[in-house]
Amino acid sequence: MIEFEHMKKSYGTGAQAHEVLHDINLTIRDGEVFGILGSSGAGKSTLVRTINLLERPTGGTILIDGQDITGATGRELKELRSKIGMIFQNFNLFQQRTVLRNVTFPLELAGKPKAQRVARAERLLRLVGLEDFADRYPSQLSGGQQQRVAIARALANEPKIMLCDEATSALDSTTTVQILDLLRRINRELGVTLVVITHSLSVARNICDRVAMIDGGDIVEMGETAELFAHPKSDILKALIASADEQNGRDEDKDGKPVGGSADAEDDGKER
Amino acid sequence: MGQTINEFIANYGELLIEGTRDTLIMTGVSTLLAYVLGVPLGVLLTITGAKSIWPHRALNTVLGWIVNIGRSIPFIILLVAIIPFTRLIVGTSLGVEGAMVPLVISAAPFVARMVEQSLAEVDGGLIEAAQSFGANGWQIVVKVLLVESLPSLVRGAAITFINLFGYSAMAGTVGAGGLGDIAIRYGYQRYEYDVMLVAVILSVILVQIIQSFGDWFARRIDHHAR
Repeated sequence: MIEFEHMKKSYGTGAQAHEVLHDINLTIRDGEVFGILGSSGAGKSTLVRTINLLERPTGGTILIDGQDITGATGRELKELRSKIGMIFQNFNLFQQRTVLRNVTFPLELAGKPKAQRVARAERLLRLVGLEDFADRYPSQLSGGQQQRVAIARALANEPKIMLCDEATSALDSTTTVQILDLLRRINRELGVTLVVITHSLSVARNICDRVAMIDGGDIVEMGETAELFAHPKSDILKALIASADEQNGRDEDKDGKPVGGSADAEDDGKER
Repeated sequence: MGQTINEFIANYGELLIEGTRDTLIMTGVSTLLAYVLGVPLGVLLTITGAKSIWPHRALNTVLGWIVNIGRSIPFIILLVAIIPFTRLIVGTSLGVEGAMVPLVISAAPFVARMVEQSLAEVDGGLIEAAQSFGANGWQIVVKVLLVESLPSLVRGAAITFINLFGYSAMAGTVGAGGLGDIAIRYGYQRYEYDVMLVAVILSVILVQIIQSFGDWFARRIDHHAR
């Protein structure tokens, strides 16, 4: 369980201080897929980065499984981060390492013996369907394949929590659906709590159990995904739904089911 | 003149072979030692930068000064100015050993900037990813920055080697020998242009080989998307 209590984050000090997150109160339950929805600049990236302290809160506390992590440093910080996997919009794979050695990277940091690292990485590559790509380099893979490698890498330390920062925003809609399916499977089969950051309504709808809508550094509303999207209260979410519906009117497939990445239509073709 | 090729080789062959050997040893060893000093300096310059993993403004500024001062002193002046230091380190200020000390001292700041440049090309997202898995500063330097920038570092090493190749000609003034020294002594001072010409041609060929090898090797180990 991840609990935010009056969490604040600002950059700069004194007169130049600029608060990007104001008084965040939020509980993310074990085993759920929690979405943080918002447009760029809303503070969602900063919010998710406070969970593994890539960004340090400037006020309030964050508790993980009841333990205050806000001030963790040194060994404690290393421990915390090894329990939290993370994947990124641009995959952030090490270009000079093979697929296998990307996946073993977190285990290297943890000082695990080589045989154990390789065995675990091979198992994870099977899980994401890339067992035949172990000796390739990231530049030889498609965007979807690269994100699969990143997912395998994020799972290397058997984390209980995985942070997904716009994980499908650089992918086309078909690949987006495949990656979301894989993330869902990881959530169900391994019981990993997913914190999903997205600007895309369809991604939130597709994968999230609950969603928090964030705008201007505040959580403006929050709830079960279906309920929240059926009865939006905030203007920003209403507007987002209206524009996505308009998109769906054009993009809907034959079954009338929205296609995975419909709201991401503008991102199509970005895949390498 | 009017000598045959056989006579030329008999007269100057040994001299030119020795010169080639001296140049390669002097330049190669100096490059290596310049990297021993320059890599840590370049890494420190990088990681103490404002947005890097170990921001330290004062240290960054001081290191920047040292590097800039080192780079702004003309080599021939440095060569003479540090003679007492050179004697202290290698026991003499003459010959190949005597030349290597100023070569290393003048190249190290240059290497530091080259290394800094290469490390700056590493995607910040990779550093963030490594941090997210719990990497500490040392692990980020060794497992991410240096590994990811290796092809760029190799290209820089070829440039450094060739720069020192040029500087080593000036080291002839302390009797260090080498191809550049032969070209100056025989061509400039004794008007034996054929010897000078051969020494220059040998230099050109060596530089070409080193640059081509550097490019080939960097390409071979480079797995970045292009």
